[in-house]
Amino acid sequence: MRSYPGTMARRNEIMMASVGIDYQRFNEGILAFNYEAMMEEVGYGLEEVTRIQKGVSVGNTPLIELRNLTRLARRLAPPGKGARIFLKDEAANPSGSFKDRRAALSAYHAKTLGYKGMIAATSGNYGAAVASQAAALGLECIVAQEVYDSQGRGQPEILEKGRKCEAYGAEVVQLTVGPELFYVFLLLLEETGYFNASLYTPFAIAGIETLGYEVGTQVTSQVGRPPAAVLVTHAGGGNITGTARGLRKAGCQSTHVVAVSVDLSGLHMASDRDFNRKSFTTGHTGFGVPFATWPDRVDVPRNAARPLRYMDRYVTVSQGEVFYVTEALSQLEGLERGPAGNTSLAAALVIAGEYPEDEAVVVQETEYTGAGKLPSSQLSFARGLGVKVRRGDPGESIPGQSIVTPEHPGQLRLTEVDLEGLARSYLRKALAALEGKSLDASTVCFLAQEVRQSEDFVREFASVSAQESR
Amino acid sequence: MKVKAGTWVQVRATVLSPGERAPAVPPDTARVPLEMRVKGFLLEETEMGKEACVSTVTGRRARGTLEAVEPWHTHGFGEAIPELLTIGPELRKFLGGDPS
Repeated sequence: MRSYPGTMARRNEIMMASVGIDYQRFNEGILAFNYEAMMEEVGYGLEEVTRIQKGVSVGNTPLIELRNLTRLARRLAPPGKGARIFLKDEAANPSGSFKDRRAALSAYHAKTLGYKGMIAATSGNYGAAVASQAAALGLECIVAQEVYDSQGRGQPEILEKGRKCEAYGAEVVQLTVGPELFYVFLLLLEETGYFNASLYTPFAIAGIETLGYEVGTQVTSQVGRPPAAVLVTHAGGGNITGTARGLRKAGCQSTHVVAVSVDLSGLHMASDRDFNRKSFTTGHTGFGVPFATWPDRVDVPRNAARPLRYMDRYVTVSQGEVFYVTEALSQLEGLERGPAGNTSLAAALVIAGEYPEDEAVVVQETEYTGAGKLPSSQLSFARGLGVKVRRGDPGESIPGQSIVTPEHPGQLRLTEVDLEGLARSYLRKALAALEGKSLDASTVCFLAQEVRQSEDFVREFASVSAQESR
Repeated sequence: MKVKAGTWVQVRATVLSPGERAPAVPPDTARVPLEMRVKGFLLEETEMGKEACVSTVTGRRARGTLEAVEPWHTHGFGEAIPELLTIGPELRKFLGGDPS
C-alpha cells in the first residue's frame, strides 16, 4: 500500500531516480557539501545555457527604461537623488515569465537523459513554463498545483496558471491546501517514471544566471556603468541566487542585490482558511523567509538556490502597495504586467531615491497578466472572503484582514528584514540538524558561507546556544 | 444524468482522509481531507456523482467521483475596484505637464 509515511520514507530514492543526480558525492559532512562543485559539475556553463535557451526562444528580453516612474521617484526623493529605473521585461519569454529560463534547462536535461515526460509541483508561473518547454521539446508534462481550499474555492491567479498549463497540453493535477502536495508529487513520479523538473536543481538555477548576466551587460552598455542595485522579487530563492551569480559573471561586483517580498506575516501557508486570504501566491514572506533560513526543504536533496549567500539587503512591501504600483506601471508607462512580478517595482520607487540620478536601479522581472492575475481579479476574490480593501496608509494593513492601497505615492514604504536575524534562524535549524554532534572546522566554514557571516559569528552563536541549552 | 464514454470530464478523489494528514499541518487543515481534481476522457458511461475512471492527456488512468462534464475556466477579470480606479489619474496629476 502506498501510504503517506511509506512513500515519504522513500523520498530520496524516488528523487534520485527522477533527476539523475548523485547528490551524495558533494557531501562533506552531515550538513556541509561542496556547493560550487555541485553547480559546476551538474549545472551548465553560461555559454551553454545561453545556447540552449536561444534554441527555444528564451531569454535576451528587452530592458525598458521607466521614464515616468523615474520622474515619480525623483519627485519623492531628496534633491540630486532618484536613480533611473529600468525593467527587465521577462514577460517577453514564451510562457510569459522568467521561469522559462529554468524550465528550458530542465526540459533540455530531461530530453538529453531520455525521459519521456516531466513533472513539476508548483502553483506558480513555473508550471506554465515547464508545460511550454515540454510542448516545444515533445515531452509529456504533468503539473501538480495546490489551488483549492476545502470549500472548492480556488485562487484566481492559480486557476489562471492551471489554464495556461492546459493550453500547452499538460495534465494539471489540482489539490486542496496542504504540504502533502509533495506526497502526490512523489506518487506521480513513481507512477510515470517522468523527470522531476524541480525548480531547485543546479541546472534550473544556472538557467537564471543568464538573466543576471543580461541585466549586467545591458545596463553597462546603456548607462555606461553597472547597475547600482538590482531588485529581485524573492520567494523560493532561485531568482535571487541565479540573478546574483549572473551579475557576478557580468563583472558587476559592486551591484547591490536586494531581495523584495510581499509581507504576509501572520498567515499560515498550510492553513485551509489562510490560504485564500492572501492575494499574492508567490513573492511573499511565507516562502521568502523559510526558504532563506532553511533552503533544503524542497523536492531535491540539495537545493541549488541558497538565497542568504547572495542577499545584500532584504525588504518587504505590503499587498496594497504592489497593487498600487501595478496600476502606476499600466497607466504611467503603458505596460500591463504582474502583479506578482511588480513586488520589487514597489520597492524600486523608494530605493531609486537612495541613489544619485546618474545611477541605475533595475527591477529584474515582469510576468504576463490577464484574467485571474489582475489586481481587480485578486481584490474581488479577497473582498468576497471578507478582506477589507481601502485607501489609506499601507502601513496599517494586516495580512489576511485588510489591503490598503496608498492615497499618495509618498506613502510607499519599505520594511527592512534583519539579515543577521535570518542568519541566526538558519544556524538554529542547522544546530538542531546536527543533533548534538560537534561543530567541526569544515562545518563552521560551510555555515559561515551559507549565512554570509564570519566564522566567529557561527562559533559564537553555537557557543551561546550550547550555554542556553544547559 | 448518465455521461457517455469519451466525454471530457473532471473527477474528484480523496487522497488523504482527515486522520491521515501530515503531522505538521495546522488544525483547520487537519480536519479536512486532501482532495485531488483531475480532468480526462471518461472511459465508461457513468452516472454523475458516481465513481468514474478517466484517461488524462498524458494517458494516465485516474479514478474519482464524476463531478463535472466538459469543465471550463470560469476565472475572470474581476469587478470594478474603487480603490484602484483613481490611482492613474491621481499620479498623472501629481506628475503634471508633459513627460520630459
